[in-house]
Order: sequence, then structure tokens, then C-alpha cells
Amino acid sequence: MTNEQPFIDVRHAQKSYGTLEVLKDISLQVSKGQIVAIIGPSGSGKSTLLRAINDLDPLTGGEIWLEDKQVNKDLPHRQYEKHINKVRQEIGMVFQHFNLFPHLTVRENITLAPKMLKGISDKDADKLAEEQLAKVGMSERIDYYPSQLSGGQKQRVAIARALAMKPKVMLFDEATSALDPELVEEVNLVMKALAEEHMTMIIVTHEMGFAESVCDRVLFMDEGVVVEEGPPEIIFKNPKNERTQNFLRKHLNG
Amino acid sequence: MGLDFTVLPGYFDALLLGSLWTIAIMLVSAVISFFGGILLAVIALYAPAIVRYPFRAFSFVFMGTPLLLQLFLIYFGLIQIGIDLPAFVAGVIGLGLHYAVYNSDIIQAGILAVDKGQHEGARTLGLSRGQTIRKIIVPQAVRTVIPPIGNNLIALLKDSALVSVIGVAELTLTSQLAISKTFRPFEFYIAAAACYYVINLGLEYGLRKIEKRVAVAR
Repeated sequence: MTNEQPFIDVRHAQKSYGTLEVLKDISLQVSKGQIVAIIGPSGSGKSTLLRAINDLDPLTGGEIWLEDKQVNKDLPHRQYEKHINKVRQEIGMVFQHFNLFPHLTVRENITLAPKMLKGISDKDADKLAEEQLAKVGMSERIDYYPSQLSGGQKQRVAIARALAMKPKVMLFDEATSALDPELVEEVNLVMKALAEEHMTMIIVTHEMGFAESVCDRVLFMDEGVVVEEGPPEIIFKNPKNERTQNFLRKHLNG
Repeated sequence: MGLDFTVLPGYFDALLLGSLWTIAIMLVSAVISFFGGILLAVIALYAPAIVRYPFRAFSFVFMGTPLLLQLFLIYFGLIQIGIDLPAFVAGVIGLGLHYAVYNSDIIQAGILAVDKGQHEGARTLGLSRGQTIRKIIVPQAVRTVIPPIGNNLIALLKDSALVSVIGVAELTLTSQLAISKTFRPFEFYIAAAACYYVINLGLEYGLRKIEKRVAVAR
């Protein structure tokens, strides 16, 4: 495996809403199998950056690359739609509020996209759903509706749904922020298991302990820039930048 | 001359047939108004301006003019430009489109009420805009709007009486024909009203069942 060419390459990402600049020339390289945490105060642009990677929040400047493909390619509208729908199949995303489809069962939530986009048979789709649910420990809830599940269970199903598309990278946007404290652990465990399988992951999180124990690299963002980045033992134990120190002091003692 | 309800049994078959026609008109118009409403709502919310504006004009016209006039226009007017529709077809088209416009407004509100995260969840899996609207947004919107659409359906059933004026032998026209033979308007109008009421009871029962099924599936 060559680690020279980055798996995900964010080049000079820039994003503004009118005169408000939310991302100011951010570059970020993630190699295959790497797990990167992005931390920072709310409004720092960390979610915007994550959402730019699959073009949910399009950049106003800069490029996003996934392997040898540019995600935010400059194409005419119709072609771009086709292109981005393909690219998004390779980028799994998990949201703070799960975004499960409430009118579909757990099984249907998982099989919908593989069936529609990859044309797999009902039987294979069922097998796929069973596999992915086993992975997140939700097998016995396959025919439940999302409203019948707890927050932690919903999030685990959401992870299984994203994994069923066999993505090359997983993006987590504050996946545990909306959960009751006692439900956070079950989701963290699933994410840890993914880490052990060397899934490439970018994780926006407020869980400093989790970031420290799971991630290879931590980025601290504030006001649209990456203030400091490095391995977790440096960022959490020995941050150089004053802003990082202040942020961590508030968070770790809070 | 007092009231004499004994004339009614002789017209039992006619009233039954009229009721069946009324039910048929209601069902066919309901289907047109439901799917037409979804189509109009999706166009109003998602189509490019060039498509959206003509349809908006169409909606304004159908909402802003009397249904009776629309029925006359479809049945008697269209013949002049070579479109000769059977009365039943003209009637269900008129009723169906008229109520499609009303349903569209309700469904639009239902679509807008679906959480933005649903759209994002579907798009990040790789579904296109159209697939997302079809498989994720509209099914959820339709569920939330079933009760108000049901109300429209009850109004539609009652407005189906207007179709009698273009000669569809539904319940109202049937009773008028019976009256012209027997000169017993009170008895037959009461009988027709009773029939409408019974059909309405059945309709409400059906709607409640649908609402319940939909509620379980959430």
C-alpha cells in the first residue's frame, strides 16, 4: 500500500457565506486507513469542512480529492449531479441526528440505496442488511421502525446503513452529540470496531477521550482555520497553541 | 298533498344505481386528485421556473373559478375544439383536477415539513434528487397529509352532485328524474341526502382505517 498519495486530499478549501468566511484556505491530507478527529468550538467550521468532503456544503474555493477523483469537479449541472451521486456512494456519512427514514423499517433503511443504486437482488440485499446489522449488534431489530429504537440504536443502524454501500471512507458529524450519556458508549464501540478494521475515518467530535483513544491524528479548528494538528498525545497532552490550550482546558475540566 | 314516502321503494333500484355512479365518480376523481396533487406539489416545489409558472397559472385558474363552470367548459366547451368527452369522463376530469389543486397545496406543506436531514441522509447515500423526492420525501409527506386530504375527499363526494348538470346519471340526477315523474321532491331529495350520508359514513370509515395503518408504519 503506497502512502505517498493521500487518500483524501483537501486542497485550499475555502467557503464563505456572503462576507462571512467559514473556511479559510484549509488543506488536509488523510491517507488510507487513517483516522482523523476534528475538534474545536462550535462555529469553528469543522462540520462545514466535513460536509464539504461529500459536497453536502459545496466549497466556494479549493478542491476535494478522493483517491484519483476530484469530488467537487467543475462540470455542467446535469453531469455534475451524475458524478456526485457516484462519488457519494463511496463516502459514508453519519449525522448527529441519525437521519434514518422513519417510514421504512431498519432493513429497508439499509437496503434501499444498495437496491436502487447497485441493482442488487432482494435476497442479496437482505443478506447485506443482516451482515451490517450484525456488525453493529442490531440484528434482532431488523424489522423495527426507527421510532421504536433508542438514540444509540438509531445511530448504530445509521452506521450500518452507510456501511452497506461499502464506502471507502466514513465521515462522522458529531455522531454522539445528540445521545444521552449512557448511550454514547455503544456507538463509540461500533466506531472503535471500524477503526480496528482500518476504515478511513474523519470524525468531528466533542468527545475528547474518544478522539484521544481512537484517532491517529487530531485537528483543532477555530474560526475557519486549522490552528494546530498532530498526534493525539501531543494535541491533548502538550498543545503548543494558546487557543488549543484554552479550548482543551474548558473541555477536559467541564 | 301530504308526504308519502311509499313512492320510494319503487325507485330503490334507480337510487342504488345512482349511488353506485356517485361512488364511481368519487373514486376515480379521488385517484386523479391524489396523484395529480402529488404531481402538482412536486412541480411547484422542485421544477424549474419555466415549468413551474405555467402550472402555477393552471392552479390559480382551477382554484379561482367555479367548479360548475369548469365542468361546463370541459364537457360543452371542449367539443368545439374537437374534444368530445363522455359526460362521466368530463365529470371526473373536472372534479379530479379541481381537487388536485387543493390537494397540491396540502401536499406542498407536507413536503416542506419533512426534515431537511431526510434529504441529506438520502443524498449522502448517493440517491439523486429525483430518487430522494420519490422514495424518501413524498412518502413521508403523504403520510402526514392523509387527514386533510381525507377532508377534501369528503368535500369532493358532495361536489360530485354538480356532475348531474352535465348529464351523468348519478345520485342527484337520478332523484331529479324520479321527481319529474312522481312530483315528490321532498321525499326524493331526502332519500338522496340519506344516500350521500351513508356513502360518506363508509368513506369516513375507510379514511380512518387508512390513517390508522399509516400511523402504525411510522
